[in-house]
Parts: sequence; structure tokens; C-alpha cells
Amino acid sequence: MIDYSILRVVSKLLIPFILLYGLYVQFHGDFGPGGGFQAGVIFAAGFILYGLVFGLEALRRVLPPAVVRTGIALGVLIYAGVGVANMLLGANYLDYSVLGPTPATGQHYGILIIELGVGITVASVLVAAFVAFAGRRE
Amino acid sequence: MAAAAPARYGVQVIVVVTDIALLLFLVVIAAAIIRLRSLIAVVMLAGIFSLLMAAIFLILDAVDVAFTEAAVGAGVLTVLALGTLALTTQREKIPQRRQVLPIVVVLVMGAAVIYGIWDSPNFGDPAAPVHHHVAPRYIEQGPTETKVPNIVTAVLASYRGYDTLGEVTVIFTAGIAVLLLLGGRRRKAGDRTDD
Repeated sequence: MIDYSILRVVSKLLIPFILLYGLYVQFHGDFGPGGGFQAGVIFAAGFILYGLVFGLEALRRVLPPAVVRTGIALGVLIYAGVGVANMLLGANYLDYSVLGPTPATGQHYGILIIELGVGITVASVLVAAFVAFAGRRE
Repeated sequence: MAAAAPARYGVQVIVVVTDIALLLFLVVIAAAIIRLRSLIAVVMLAGIFSLLMAAIFLILDAVDVAFTEAAVGAGVLTVLALGTLALTTQREKIPQRRQVLPIVVVLVMGAAVIYGIWDSPNFGDPAAPVHHHVAPRYIEQGPTETKVPNIVTAVLASYRGYDTLGEVTVIFTAGIAVLLLLGGRRRKAGDRTDD
């Protein structure tokens, strides 16, 4: 679809804002609607739009398959790792209270970190699924 | 208070009218999805169905759910379904003979669901069991215990952290499964050339 100049220009204009909005939803999910799941989907949508318009090869150059595969596991590891860190600090698994100076701050930190893990895994899985589906055609 | 009452009534009327309109649209789209044989049109209509569901969730004040439905259902899933159509076929096969069993199963299941709805509490009923278990604790203590103003995020990430870890593991497993089934093309390219 790279021949359609309107698609090319509009998607190039939109993609930075889609990614920025994904980051906003990710790190603002504790104050407004959203969180890791939604942010991951929006972030992936930006890359999927890029892949749709500019082709899979361009998408693979921007986001190598190895990075995507690492991201799939990394998000779950971050999430589960926070739980292990809590146990090492003397609390129960996934009890974030010990992460900060006060229990409430610790909870806030923990929520931000695990949401990041959720976002990384969701975004990576969706991009990987899109590449896997679209890649079969080649 | 006297001045506020008519205004609230007006809002209620708008909500009910919008609800009915959206639900009617859902029924029309569902009927069209059943009738149509062109799968591309079906995928597009399914995307619109998801968008309407997102609007209904929004009216129900479930903003986070509406967000997910709009992004996943209407956005990414449509792209993935179109990708599947590109790999398979774009037209649904016309069944050779009338199938009786599916319609019986659908009718029995639908009747069971409607029978079950009669026993569930009314929407927004403050006496409903769901509002008397752990929900008051989350609403009253959540903001001070987690310093997170969005209670949905507090419940999802902290109070129900195990469940969310399970959900992420499900997504992780699904991603691995997709990669195993569809991603290993390069390795097979040597001995299989059919495509």
C-alpha cells in the first residue's frame, strides 16, 4: 500500500501520535481510564498500521522479530519479578507495600511497574501475531 | 434539590433512548452478519459491532472496558481477521442441507440465559450481593491504601494482582502458540514450497 500517497502521508503523521497516546495511557492509567492492556494494544496498533502501509519488511527493520519475541517474555518476567522482589524484601508475593518508603507509595510504584510489564507483553504479542499472520502470505 | 431533579430525569431519558438505539443497531448488525456470505463484509460489521459495544460500555460507566473493547475488538482484531481471510477464503460456503441441531442448541442456550437473568439483581441495585462483599473495602480504602485514584487500576493491579498475572500469562501463552503455529515459516521453507 506504499503507492497510495494519502495513506502514506496520513499514517506517517498519525503514527507518532498513536505511540505517544499509547505511552500516555500506559503511564496515566493510575489517574484516568486505561492501563497496561489498553496501552499495549494502542502501541501495537501504531506498529501494525506502519506494517500495513509500508510493508512487513519495513516493520521488521523498525522492530526486529528478536525484539518482539523478547518483549513477549520480558513483560511477564517484569510482572512476576516484582512479586519475587517483594518476597525478597520480606512481604508476600505481589504485595507491593515494601517497594516504597510508605506502604501506599510502594503500592503505587508496584502498580506502575506491573502495568509496564502488562503493556510490554500485550504490545509484543499483538505485533508478533500480526507479523505471523501477514508473513504467511509472502 | 428541586431544580436538580428534572435535569437528572432528562439525563435518564437520554441514556435510555441511546441504549435502545445502540441495542437495536446491535441486533440489526448481528442479523446482517448471519445473513451475509461475504466474509470481508462480516469482518467489517463485526468491527462495528465491537465499536457499538464499546459505546454501550461507556454508557454503563465502564470506561476501561469500553477502551479495551474499542482498541482490541474494533481495531486489532479486525486487522487480524482480515489477515486470516487473506490466508483462507473470502466467501462462506453455502451449507448443502438444513442443520437442525445448531438452531436447537442456540434456542436452548438462549432460553437458559434468559431464565438465569430473572434471578440476577436489577442493574445498579445497591442491595446486590456484588456490592456487599469486597467492593466497599476497595472503594473506601483503595485511594488511601494504593494512592491510585483510578479504582479500576487499583483493583486490577494490586488487590487482584494474582488474577492479572494469570491474564498476562494467558496472553503470553497465546502469543507463543501463534508463533509456534504460524511463525516457524523460515525453517520449513526448505522442504515445503506450497503456499
